[in-house]
Amino acid sequence: MLPTEEAKPHHHLLGHSEEIKPHKKEHAFHKLVTVFGGLAVFSWRFVKSSIIPPYEIKETFRQAYQVGIRSLPLVSVVSVVIGAVLTMQSTPTMTKFGAGAYVPIMVAVSVMRELAPVLVSVIVGGRVGAGIAAELGSMRASEQIDAMEVAAIDPFRLLVVTRIVACIICLPLLTVYADTLAMIGAFVVNKIESGMSGQLFINTVTDSVTFPDYLPGILKTAFFGYIIGLVGCFMGFNSKGGTEGVGKSATDAVVTCSLLIILSDAVFVKLTILFWG
Amino acid sequence: MAEDKSPQTAESGILLSVNDVSKAFGEHVIFEGLSLEIREHETLAVLGKSGTGKSVLLKLLIGLLTPDKGTILYRGKSMTDMGEKELTKVRKNIGFLFQGAALFDSMTIGQNLETFLLKHEVLSPKERQDKIARALDVVGLPDVIDRLPSELSGGMRKRAGLARSIVVEPELILYDEPTTGLDPITALSIAELINSLQFKLGIASVVVTHDLPTAFAVSDRAVVLNESKKIYDGKIEEMEKSGDPFLVKYLQASIMDKGRKSAYIQELKKLPVSEAI
Repeated sequence: MLPTEEAKPHHHLLGHSEEIKPHKKEHAFHKLVTVFGGLAVFSWRFVKSSIIPPYEIKETFRQAYQVGIRSLPLVSVVSVVIGAVLTMQSTPTMTKFGAGAYVPIMVAVSVMRELAPVLVSVIVGGRVGAGIAAELGSMRASEQIDAMEVAAIDPFRLLVVTRIVACIICLPLLTVYADTLAMIGAFVVNKIESGMSGQLFINTVTDSVTFPDYLPGILKTAFFGYIIGLVGCFMGFNSKGGTEGVGKSATDAVVTCSLLIILSDAVFVKLTILFWG
Repeated sequence: MAEDKSPQTAESGILLSVNDVSKAFGEHVIFEGLSLEIREHETLAVLGKSGTGKSVLLKLLIGLLTPDKGTILYRGKSMTDMGEKELTKVRKNIGFLFQGAALFDSMTIGQNLETFLLKHEVLSPKERQDKIARALDVVGLPDVIDRLPSELSGGMRKRAGLARSIVVEPELILYDEPTTGLDPITALSIAELINSLQFKLGIASVVVTHDLPTAFAVSDRAVVLNESKKIYDGKIEEMEKSGDPFLVKYLQASIMDKGRKSAYIQELKKLPVSEAI
């Protein structure tokens, strides 16, 4: 066989793969544009529906219970452990530099500025975002959303608006709760390792932690809550392909939520430093 | 809805008319130029292979989907031109039994029925409870009012879904595969129920089904869809006489009495495997 002939299949394969690559890229780009375009339209619809009455107050409270109260056990464990672990990790190094007394301040600032808001949002995003996407996805697959329209119930108002509002309200409250529990965890470790009294711990923290340390952290979680609710509802509401689609929606919701929370956090940190230092 | 009746349609007793409707999802054409009529008090069976758009037709008839071309008239008025309020009024007169019943699984059966009543009628709580009890009685489920959909069997869920459809006293009910997944005895009881709703309450029905015995048991007229077109519209008993090759094959494959079954199997055995499939 001639070398040129031998090369043919190779060329063919190369050519084939070269043909596929742009197609795949195009497909991924198309998907990305579709998702973010869809999120923008969904977002605008949410703004309109949340302003114009009627309001589904009872259902919003029910959803707030699902998002807030049901997330408490997970948030509690994670927060106490974060406060405790951060104290354990930083005490030896800080003591080496003669700054052992500053451990509570360092932990408080780290937790309130960054760790509690982001960790709570990512954890709740995983639990609630996946839950919302799976619930709405299975409602779509079992035609319950269509049945609502037949019954003259606006499914967007009842299912989407209530869940997003519940997330916006609950995330800041969960963050305040997580800040408090993380400091309790930090205090317990500090007490065991350095013997610091409760009064001294509280005085050290309250004297040093200022408004820019805790307020931006709490406020940005309202936006993270909005992302969790929006993405979870969008993925579930637009779920396709029956039960397989439900699983995919839940996974997509968790991945997109986590990504958007981390990316928007970078923007919030920059803005916080810019305005409050 | 007496005010909506145009003289012409009231005279001829046509509830819904589908005029030259086309519908496609992307490049997948569902219908092309489909026309049919649904008259008062009659039961129409819609037959055809899977994927021929029978369920899509039902969703078009109730306004959950809109046609790409053509019009759907409810008592002479175009549904595509109706506003949300007018469409809600029309939907009060058209019940829909979804394939999986589509009961709201976070609510009891009583609450499921009440949700439909609340949105469509202004009634006192006592009147609502009476109507709910009556609807559940009609479908033979007087004791399930406080039970959740997950606590019911498939057949009971279908009946409860039917109770939810009739609680607002519609003049037409659309059935999407009412007997699919049910044992023959339960399927027969659902067929009897469809008949009794027509005889006792004068409710017209459109029954989408693969189950030919059910179609024969309940309907006066049949429409058969194949490859985006209507290939038969006439009396159900006269389908065999149409001579359409698809229809003949469809009937042969569906009605499996002993003699026909063995003849059909013999015919299949003669074919090469790929053709038989």
